[in-house]
Order: sequence, then structure tokens, then C-alpha cells
Amino acid sequence: MRVGLFIPCYMDRLYPRAAMATLELLEKLGCEVVFPEDQTCCGQPMANSGLTASAAGVAEHHARVFAEFDYVVCPSGSCTSMIRNHSKSLAPANPAADAVRARTFELCEFLHDVLKVRSLDAACPRKVGLHRACHGLRELRLGPDSERGHVKRPAKAELLLGMVKGLELVELDRPDECCGFGGAFSVGEATLSVRMGRDRCADHLRHGAEVIVSWDMSCLMHMEGILRHDGSSVRVAHIAEILNGDLA
Amino acid sequence: MSGAISGYAPNAPHAERSEKFLANEERSKRHDDALWFVRTKRDRATGLVVEWEELRRQASRIKAHTVSHLDEMLVRFEASCRANGVTVHWAADAEEHNRIVHGILAKHGAKNIVKSKSMLTEECGLNPYLHERGMEVVDTDLGEYIVQLRKEPPSHIVLPAIHTTREDIGDLFHKHLGTPEGNADPEFLTRAARAELRRRFIEADAGITGVNFAVSETGGIVVCTNEGNADLGMLLPKVHIACMGVEKLIPTLEDLAVFTRLLTRAATGQHITTYTSVIHKPRPGAEMHVVIVDNGRSVMLGRDEFRESLNCIRCGACMNTCPVFRRTGGHSYGSVIPGPIGSVLSPSLDLKKHASLPFASTLCGSCTDVCPVKIPLHEQLLAWRKFAAKHGGVSVGKRFGMNAAAAVFLRPALWRFAGRLGAAVGSRFPSLFNHRFNPWTRGRAMPSIPAKGFRELYRERARRDRQPPAE
Repeated sequence: MRVGLFIPCYMDRLYPRAAMATLELLEKLGCEVVFPEDQTCCGQPMANSGLTASAAGVAEHHARVFAEFDYVVCPSGSCTSMIRNHSKSLAPANPAADAVRARTFELCEFLHDVLKVRSLDAACPRKVGLHRACHGLRELRLGPDSERGHVKRPAKAELLLGMVKGLELVELDRPDECCGFGGAFSVGEATLSVRMGRDRCADHLRHGAEVIVSWDMSCLMHMEGILRHDGSSVRVAHIAEILNGDLA
Repeated sequence: MSGAISGYAPNAPHAERSEKFLANEERSKRHDDALWFVRTKRDRATGLVVEWEELRRQASRIKAHTVSHLDEMLVRFEASCRANGVTVHWAADAEEHNRIVHGILAKHGAKNIVKSKSMLTEECGLNPYLHERGMEVVDTDLGEYIVQLRKEPPSHIVLPAIHTTREDIGDLFHKHLGTPEGNADPEFLTRAARAELRRRFIEADAGITGVNFAVSETGGIVVCTNEGNADLGMLLPKVHIACMGVEKLIPTLEDLAVFTRLLTRAATGQHITTYTSVIHKPRPGAEMHVVIVDNGRSVMLGRDEFRESLNCIRCGACMNTCPVFRRTGGHSYGSVIPGPIGSVLSPSLDLKKHASLPFASTLCGSCTDVCPVKIPLHEQLLAWRKFAAKHGGVSVGKRFGMNAAAAVFLRPALWRFAGRLGAAVGSRFPSLFNHRFNPWTRGRAMPSIPAKGFRELYRERARRDRQPPAE
């Protein structure tokens, strides 16, 4: 199985360890993984700013770069949702791009639904808070959200974290409230964005989390910025780093 | 304070108004907690209805059917009303609506008017219109009464005074109703308001109400309240005027059952409102009028991407769940209807004025999942962003920055070069980005920039793998 690894643009530059953990994890699980070097961005920043033409160009480039793989795997719920749910409406019908969309998976769903991982050789003897980042949760349905409370099943990430030795998940008061990152929103409405992030961090801290983990590094970058600004010792980690045993 | 480096102007004017509300941290937190409490109550109430998702689908289908047959259903509604002895009026816009209502009141020489909650009359600016013409309108819903005395618009469509504290109301009633200074006991204050409002009801020449649902088949109007004030306003005075937007229509009384199950559970977490009144005809000797208003709704009907916003039943659940609304309050939106649904509806009335609203969201999608009639709210916000960008609603700086980034993303070699350059500079001189003009650093540390990105590590690893391991 040939997997094209799509690393979000900001993750490539700012969080190479999390990207490397994704690569190593997929290889450990038996995938042949290739990182096509011509990849850049999914186009979400432009699309969410309403700039359709720019976003369409970037999304098309993305689809061309990943045309040759059996699967495309991305360690971000938000970028995956951009590709799968939003890029289609930007440009005229394109069957080749549709084929890439259909083969694109967020890391947790790829591990859980495609590779059907049911055990992992990893440890993380810490208290961990799971940040259920919005686009993965509500657009990819990586887990049930509190608005649709009748859905009673654990999130895919919870099942995967459950396979990690010594890891203890903490309960939160508001299990799936937005952290306030929101891309350009984080600077366009900076004061509000920081207030939302600080509230989210406080929930994790109140419940004793030592590590805040998520399937989206962008939310974690925002929360990490707040934790470091406030002098907290709590750290953030991408779920790939935990599952790869990097925090053992 | 725009970000010189990042190229983004703050998301004015929503951001500016939000800053004011956020400046009082304690008030913002209390507002957030109060609405989260309502959201949690809603979760418990909807959790008890096993078929909740099926109800949402049904409601959405009924609305889709109604909206696509609106012409026929409106005509049928009018005929049913006439047969019941109710006079029907049609208003293309707010101005015509106000003129019609004033005309009916003037014909009866009405001076004292009691009104129960109606977002439509807020949208049309009816109170100031009648006030200028010598009529006194009292809003009789307790929350509406409070904001009317404070001379401000409601900040939430179901909880109009949620931005105030009991102490604010104690002071307000002391000033206007003569309650003892410093008494902020909710029950005491409510009784004081009740005594005053009872007097107003008895003296009223006419009553104006909103409409929650209008039943096409029977000509009935449905009004849901917790305080019973609409019932007093409809039944005590000689004249009752009900004002409704065209989107309030539903086909039959059977359909009503779907919506009454959804409305209050979504709104406040109650199973049903204390009073759910279906009115079909005036009582003997009295008059009943229905004013049906378009005011931009048919424009929304004509836009494929926004049509579903006409499904809205004004429950306010999207406001209670919205992490932005909860922290910044309804007045930060500067529109009659605030929150996610307000940010979808308001730009169609005045895009220039409300262009910042679709951007006042993280697109977290909570509104979409909470909406009892399945309006894809966050997708409509995204659609408005596209619309706004096309019509000049995105700042020159942001447009330039984003389009420049896109140009780089289309040139992989340039992106690789820019990435390496950024890493070389950023890892050596992190203070370049750490300054007060960068909005990111207001309360946040900048992420540290590693000397090597993933793609460099990936290349190094590939090179190592190709060479025999060193001894």
C-alpha cells in the first residue's frame, strides 16, 4: 500500500517532529510512505478568507501532486476536511481531483478505519487531555460531538490513545468547545481568540492534564502559545507523537 | 493596531465591539457561563428525545417543502385568515410594515399599545416609528421590558437582557419603577415589573404580537411564550395585530407538532413553552390583523446557497452554543439578530454594514449541529465570506497577503526556498516576529521556528538510507 503523506504547510515548518512521528508511525504499521516534495498547502487559508479563485488554484495543485497514491494521509482534521468537504465547491467538476478526495484520510481515521489498528507498541505514562478539534470532530465525524448527544461511541482518537500503555485521559467540563484558533480569526479577532484559548487551556489544567493532545497541530500551536505566555509547564503534543511512543 | 507584518487588519467592526465586552472579564465570563448553562440544559432535554435527529430532519424537510411552495401556501393562508374573519395585510419592506401597523392603530385612535416579543418589529424599527407619531409602545416580555427601559436593543433573540446583571436591573427598576434602592432580588423585581405591566395591559388600546408559526391550512397563528404576556396582549385590547415574516409559514397543524417539540428544547431546554397559543379568529367585538412581511426574505429565497436560512424558527440555540457569542455578547454584532444566524441573515439586508460578521467565527460548526432545523450555519458563513470577498468586503491587506501566499503555494520550488529562508532567519532571530505590532503575541508566545523543517529532515533521512551506515 503506497501512502502519500500530506504534511500541512505550517506543520512542515514549525512542527517537524510531529510530522516525523506521523511518517514513522505509518511505516511501523507497514505502509510504504512517500512525501511528495512538490506539496505546499491545501488552500484553506484562502478559501476561509472568501478568496475562491486563489484557493481553487492551490487545491488543484494539491490534487495533482497526490494523484498517484493509493491513499493520502494527513495528520490534520482541518486540512483533510478542506480537501474532502470544501475544495470541490471551489472549481468546476474534476474527476481526477474527486478521486484524490475520496482517497484522502485524516491520520486517526486512517489508522482506525483503513489499517484497522487494534493494538500499538507505545507508552505514555501521563495524564492527557484530548482537544477534540472542531473540523475533525464536526466535519469528519472523528467522534461524537456534544450537540448530537444521542451518538454514544468513543472518538477514534480515544480508542487509539486507549492502546497506549500508562496513558490516562482526563475528563473535561466542556469536552468539545472550540479553542478559538480559527486561522485568520486568531489575528483578526486576537483578543477574543486568546480568551477562548485561555478558557480551553484552563479546563485541561483544572483536570490535571500534563499533556494536551489533538489531531490538529494548529489548535495546539495556539494553545501552546498561551501556555508558554502564561508560564505553564503543561505541554502540547500531536496525537502522532503519542502513538509513535515519542513521549514514553 | 493593525498587524503590519501579518498584513491583517483586525476584523473591524465586530472585533472592536468585542474588545469592549471582553474588557470586563468578569462580565464576559458570567455571560459565557449563563449561556453555557442554557446549552447544557438543552443537551439534557434533547437527549431525552431518542428521535431528536429524525425530528430535525423532518422539520428541515417540512421547511424545504414550504419554502419551495411559498407562493401557494401564502395565498392559502390569506384565504384561511379571511374565512376566519382576520384581516391580512402585505408589506414588501420594513417601511410598508410600519405604515400599515400605524394605519390600523390610527384608525382606532390607539395611544397605548402593548407589544409582546417580536424580532420582526425590531427588524422593522416599529417602536421608534410609532413613538415619533405620538404612540406609546410598551414591550411586555420581561427581558424586552428591561432593554426598552435601558434604551438599547435586545442582545439575544430569546433572552433579550442576558447581558445585564440583577444589580443592573435593581438600579434600573429603582429609577423607573421606584423599587427600593439596592434591592436586586430577582423575584421581588419580577413582581414589581408584573404590577406595572398589568396596569399597562388593562389600559392598552391595542396589542401587537409576533408569530412563531403560521398555519397555512387553517389560518391559525401560533405564539409561544413563558410569561403569558402575548396572551394578555392578544385577548385584552379590542385590536390585535400579529406581525410575521413570510418564513413563519408551515403547512398544517400536524406539522406544528414537529416544531413545538423542537423549539423550546433547543431554545431553553424546556420540553415546551409555558404558553403555546393557537389563535384563529378575533373574539366577538374585537379585530384581528395579520401583517405579512417580506423585507429581503424573497431575495434569500432566490439564492441557492442561503435559502435554508429561511428555515430558522428563532430558537436562539446557535447563540447559546456559539463560543464567540457567549464571550462577546449580542451587541458586538451590531445587527438586530446577532449570533451565527444573525451573521447569515444580516449581510443580505446590508452587506457593507455587516461584512465583518461572517468572519466573526472560527467556523467550529457547533451552530450547525445544534440547529433544530438543520441550517448548515457555518457553511453559510463561509458562503458569505466568498460573497463578501467578491463585493469588496475583504480588506486590501488581507486580499494581498492571501493571494501572495497562494502564488507561492503554486510554485513548489519558491515555497521550498521561502521555507528554508524563513527557518534560517526565524530560528536565529526569533525577536523579528515577537513585537507588539504582531496581533498573535497579544497573550500568546510565538511558536519557536526550528532550523530545519520536516522536508529537510525527510531529505536527510533519505540520503542516510541510501548510504551504507558508518562504521
